[in-house]
Amino acid sequence: MKRYDAIVIGAGHNGLSAAAYLAKAGMEVLVVEKNDYIGGAAVSRELHDGWTYSNCSYVCSMLRQAIHRDLDLSRHGLMLVPYLGTISYGLNGEVMLGYHDEGAAHNELKRFSPHDADAMHRFEADMNRYSQFIRKTLMRTPPDPVAPKIRDIHELLFLGKQFWNLGEREIYEYIRFFTMSASEFLDDYFEHYLVKASMATPGIIGTALGVESPGSAYILLHHVMGDVDGSIGAWGLARGGMGAISHALASAFQSFGGEIRREAPVAQVLVQHGRANGVVLENGDEIYANVVVSNLDAKRTFTKIMDPKDLPPGIVKKAENYKIRGSSGKVNIALSGLPKFINVPDNRYINRGGQAFIGSMETLERAYDCWKRGRWSDDPFIESVIPSAWDPTVAPPGGHWMSNFIQYCPPELEDGPWTPEKRDAFGKTVIDKIERHAPGFSDLIEHMEVRTPYEIEQEVGLTEGNIFQGELTIDQLLFNRPFPGYAQYRMPVKNLYMCGSSTHPGGGVSATCGANAAREILMDLKRPNTVPEDDCYDE
Amino acid sequence: MSEAMQTDPYAGERLKESPFHPRQAALNLREAWSSWNGYRFAEYYYDPEYEYFCIRNGCGTYDICPMQKYRISGADAAAMLDRMVTRDVHKLAIDRVTYVVWCNDEGRVVDDGTIFRLGEQEYMLTCGSPCLAWIRKAAYGYEQVTVEDVSDEIAALSFQGPTTCAVLKRMGLEGIETLKPFGIRRFPFQGGELMVSRTGFTGDLGYELWIEKDRGLAMWDALYAAGEPYQIQPYGEEATNMARLEAGFIMPDMEFAEALKTVHFEHDQTPFELDLGWLVDFKKPHFNGRRALLEEKERGTRYTLTKLDIEGNKPAESSWIYRDRDCTKQIGYVTSAMWSPAAKANIALAMIETEYLDGPIWAWIDYEKELRQYGKVARCTVSKRAFWAPPRARATPPPDC
Repeated sequence: MKRYDAIVIGAGHNGLSAAAYLAKAGMEVLVVEKNDYIGGAAVSRELHDGWTYSNCSYVCSMLRQAIHRDLDLSRHGLMLVPYLGTISYGLNGEVMLGYHDEGAAHNELKRFSPHDADAMHRFEADMNRYSQFIRKTLMRTPPDPVAPKIRDIHELLFLGKQFWNLGEREIYEYIRFFTMSASEFLDDYFEHYLVKASMATPGIIGTALGVESPGSAYILLHHVMGDVDGSIGAWGLARGGMGAISHALASAFQSFGGEIRREAPVAQVLVQHGRANGVVLENGDEIYANVVVSNLDAKRTFTKIMDPKDLPPGIVKKAENYKIRGSSGKVNIALSGLPKFINVPDNRYINRGGQAFIGSMETLERAYDCWKRGRWSDDPFIESVIPSAWDPTVAPPGGHWMSNFIQYCPPELEDGPWTPEKRDAFGKTVIDKIERHAPGFSDLIEHMEVRTPYEIEQEVGLTEGNIFQGELTIDQLLFNRPFPGYAQYRMPVKNLYMCGSSTHPGGGVSATCGANAAREILMDLKRPNTVPEDDCYDE
Repeated sequence: MSEAMQTDPYAGERLKESPFHPRQAALNLREAWSSWNGYRFAEYYYDPEYEYFCIRNGCGTYDICPMQKYRISGADAAAMLDRMVTRDVHKLAIDRVTYVVWCNDEGRVVDDGTIFRLGEQEYMLTCGSPCLAWIRKAAYGYEQVTVEDVSDEIAALSFQGPTTCAVLKRMGLEGIETLKPFGIRRFPFQGGELMVSRTGFTGDLGYELWIEKDRGLAMWDALYAAGEPYQIQPYGEEATNMARLEAGFIMPDMEFAEALKTVHFEHDQTPFELDLGWLVDFKKPHFNGRRALLEEKERGTRYTLTKLDIEGNKPAESSWIYRDRDCTKQIGYVTSAMWSPAAKANIALAMIETEYLDGPIWAWIDYEKELRQYGKVARCTVSKRAFWAPPRARATPPPDC
């Protein structure tokens, strides 16, 4: 019977990135995917004739350019197009426009607060500086500070040097950063409620924290440390939807001889004599391999597809307690035309960025309070993009599709699990809020897909529908991700590795977790490394 | 003194306006104008990068009214052109377009351009700089040829990007999807005639639209109406320059200095140096520069324009090229360089001494960060193919059309 060099469980973008780098090194690699389509949460599906949704993740900034370039993903069909500014909706119809031109953007901010317009320069410089440090860690394996090997000492010295280079004042600030709330952090810069709230929203996206919760400041940084073509903080759309990223990675993988098997859910990882030896599929098929790589989240890997008897009990417990709380929903809407928003000029450029339906800091915090009680707010935070205003391939001419990301949405409701009726009621809440800013919006709706954490977990396999495969809080970052002592992609069973965003550097469609995992695997197998260095070191 | 000068003493300083100017001026939110052949000409309209992505992701228009256009007709037209350019014009079929260069007697490039064969004895030559004097010279001895500068008579618009075919179809140009690359087709348009060629300067799917000047605005409006759901957008010089570099196309004043305008005899280039040897057809009997080019071909070319893929992400603008990492032996210089958003590569065109092309190639790159100057040495890899050449640019019919 055929024995693969490696099996990767899950054809999400990180699984495909790990698989591509292993196959590039000459290994025979099989990727098994439970769905009949690939991509995991970086997926595009045509659910309504002519409209292609990015069903889960919807914008791209963290995909490392070094990987894109090294795997020649452009030639495999990937094109990332940066989008322009974001429109922020405040209270009582107040709208702040995000102009692309620096001068125009400054003028617009001044309309709200001359102080904040000036402070924005300092804010952006600071975020850029903090980003530069964290960016340098992305494509590196976190060093183990407790039981360091020689390599870890080198890494620690490297990080120490980069950290020291921030300058004395920034080192203090940086340490505070990881434990601060987004709100406290922003108080140092802004005074106007809408400027502050619009800057705060990246601090809660995908996370079960509020703008006032300690730790949300780092989430904010996590969302602005990416780049498009070197422009840090910029976000882009993948032409054809986020699935284009997974398809390009799959195409690169297949060009190295890799094999993908769809509709092949894994029931269990086979372990023999303390070593991973392959997988058994739900249909009973056994497939053998020298190395098994799980692209599933840490909780799912250790509690769903492994026999606890094969694992140290401590790890099972840690996996059960792994912080992976579902907090987001997604509503994808096919529209027959471009909606008209109140107080937004009919400007062909301004309507091509993102839209943030916010309210105020209080609105955001109240929405979080609802989440804690197992409800959804009737005034939720919605981050929207209309990809069809940019991408001619995702909707018929004149038609549009709107991606709406909702924070917060509980994984389970106070009165029990999600039902189709409750899901539709959640969808209606979202439409109602948009309708308040765009009268007539609901008349444009041709089709919609409402996804609560329940649907995300069922379809994608992310536990509780957590988009990052685990919260990005300091206790689960760097050498603590997913668990202390297991941050170097190697798991407690020999020949078993993890490559999903439960590992460093976390979620956000970076393809980096997969690449980093591949580098460690190749090192263990004493094969030449195929994973490139990041290209951010001379920023 | 003309009447205009009496009312506006600065009238003579102001540049000419293309037939599309009223629409383009309305869309030029940044007032970013430069000039081309005496025309007011947009550097960009909104944002160079945005416009570049319109070319690669959707569609955009580029005003080529300032480009020089000469109608060359008569029984001797083909023979005259054949003497002037290095390519064999007799091979060009009716309703086809070909890319050409022409040289002086020393085989140095005077300019590059395109020849359209519009009829049995009728051609149109287009080029970046005025060339009438040289064309007249090339016509010496040919009785039956007339040369006419029609630059200001034709409104011409380059329309480039993956959705261009769909938009033209929507505009009512029936059968446009069957037009092959470098083909020409004519369509009735509001009582006149719209000529469409599948040509361009972006390396992507694209067309050029040619119509008599007075119908220019009507054509613009029809095109923009059809392109509205495809987010049609005008683009300027900067986006063009990005797209053409990715496609590996040369630009006057960047890759080559027009031979008639250089002071120093070695400051201009031959087709071989520009890696355009494939345009030189020695099978035809005589053409301008033939003897010199034949000698060069036998002798070998000192420099060769080379496509480079450079490590790192700092564009190698105006970089020196070296044989060694220590930068002791200089072997060339970069003519154009950029970070390519489409190819995700640090690309450049460079003139490199031919004998060193097979060895290691290094670039010294100067760059700036917050007013501080930095320098680095980067390894270069020679790229044989264009950095950007999507299959849709050659497919007939194009995809999604």
